[in-house]
Amino acid sequence: MNSIIVSALMGMVMMFSGIVTNSKQSIKNIAIAAMAVLLVAHLADANDIFKININVHGMLNFNRFGMYFTTLVIGATLLYTIISGDEVVKVGANSADYFALIFFVLTGVSILASYNNLLMLFLGIEILTIPLFVLTGSDKKNLKSNEASLKYFLMGSFSTGIMLMGIALYYGASGNFNIDVNRVANEPVNSGILIPLGLLLMFIALAFKVSAAPFHFWTPDVYDGAPTVFTSFMATIVKAAGFIAFIRLFESRSADMGVSWTILMPVIIIATLLVGNVTAVFQQSVKRMLAYSSIAQAGFMLFALVGLNDVAKEGLLLYTVAYSIATIGIFSILLKMKDYTFEGYNGLAKTQPLLAFANTVFLLSLAGIPLTAGFFAKYYVLAAALKQDTSILWLVIVALVFAAISAYYYFKVIQAMYFKDGEAAVSEIKPSFKLTLLLLAAIIIIVGIFPTVVFNWFYF
Amino acid sequence: MPIQYYIVLSLALFCIGIVGVLTRRNAIIIFMCIELMLNAVNLLLVAFSKMHHNTVLAADKATQAGIEGQLFVFFIMVVAAAEVSVGLAIIVMMFRNTHSVDVNFLNRLKN
Repeated sequence: MNSIIVSALMGMVMMFSGIVTNSKQSIKNIAIAAMAVLLVAHLADANDIFKININVHGMLNFNRFGMYFTTLVIGATLLYTIISGDEVVKVGANSADYFALIFFVLTGVSILASYNNLLMLFLGIEILTIPLFVLTGSDKKNLKSNEASLKYFLMGSFSTGIMLMGIALYYGASGNFNIDVNRVANEPVNSGILIPLGLLLMFIALAFKVSAAPFHFWTPDVYDGAPTVFTSFMATIVKAAGFIAFIRLFESRSADMGVSWTILMPVIIIATLLVGNVTAVFQQSVKRMLAYSSIAQAGFMLFALVGLNDVAKEGLLLYTVAYSIATIGIFSILLKMKDYTFEGYNGLAKTQPLLAFANTVFLLSLAGIPLTAGFFAKYYVLAAALKQDTSILWLVIVALVFAAISAYYYFKVIQAMYFKDGEAAVSEIKPSFKLTLLLLAAIIIIVGIFPTVVFNWFYF
Repeated sequence: MPIQYYIVLSLALFCIGIVGVLTRRNAIIIFMCIELMLNAVNLLLVAFSKMHHNTVLAADKATQAGIEGQLFVFFIMVVAAAEVSVGLAIIVMMFRNTHSVDVNFLNRLKN
């Protein structure tokens, strides 16, 4: 509860801070302080030290998993604000508003991590996406940003319409909006077409949000057109929030979809992995490559939905950390580059050895190489799927083949940095930026060696 | 009237909305089609709400069953209004730069 209220309050604080001060540096510092306050308030809630209690009539359900996920997301956003805050304030004239919108997005994430009622799912998704439409279009004079924003808006509200139809059909058959997170799974409520159809429509709408194929077509254009700082935010934190909404809805309800669920998941996973990985190979721009790579990573995260057990939840938490931290790091380096193509990275290892090293760690993690967090993230989600159903082994093998393909385009960046000659043009780099970058790389390696540190807290 | 009529009517409106979104090229008309989809959902929710109310009414005269369906409709209206304000702002921003609201124009910007 704390995180929902405090993040909305901090959003308003940021809006008013734009009136009080015009200095971009101080706005950035206020944002970092507000984010730290939010993290502390949420930790106080998670550890039962201080709770804001409001009677929500069972519409929200704060379980350990959701609380812990919110902690990770707020922590990742804090790191994002520290490392990319300088770039956020540079996007346009209204620097304080961008941070305010980021806080409102976090309100949506907190609701999605704790909803127990389809009304809250709807409100959470909307609170999450409406600020993102604005952030995507925040570079007002840039036609690509305009295009991305309009496309995102039309696709976003279209998928909301589909989700609402699913909710209405579900309501028609069941008579209430509760999804009952704590209900015993694997017992269908009643037969009839309306509930499976409603759940299918909600599935499609959520697949839009996490950009799973065949509902991914907006992703490359939107991620490419949006200002790069906000792409970094959308591709990490928002995507992870889509998955928690997914897993909360279907962990108790997948049984209602019957046999169609077991057919649907492999098809969606293979399509997502195929589209993401194969198209990423042919990209010239690193930013666009990362957009396709985010589709490919969503394919792996979907394995948590095949599993739908405790290992799957651990895997999703680990994936959130590994993927968010690595992608935030890669984007923060991309923001410093003058040229977004692969050639732009040529010879970066000679001019900026530290940036090249950190970038290598992040890319290895995304590719899932052992000793980085990405390896265990992939391992856990795949193991969860196998634990649930051993007949799915073929699907896991397919995923591993695609993981090998993904190494190709990640290694192309590493090759450009270390083995090609050139003068990689970078903008000015502060020592504090390097320090934060090293911190992110350290997190990736530590989690890669001791993955249990992430969810040791989960059980306490 | 049986509930099937309402389901068919709102599914028909919903499908008109979907077809409109997928085929029309004018941003404003796409926008109107999305509103049509949302209103089809509102109609269906109200019909279901009345249906659930009537089923419980026979046993319990003072029942409030089915009220949450109508409450949901209010939330959809509020959120749709918020979405419209953001969406129209985006369309106006695009119109300022391109002097057109045709979404085909956007595809020309692709590299």
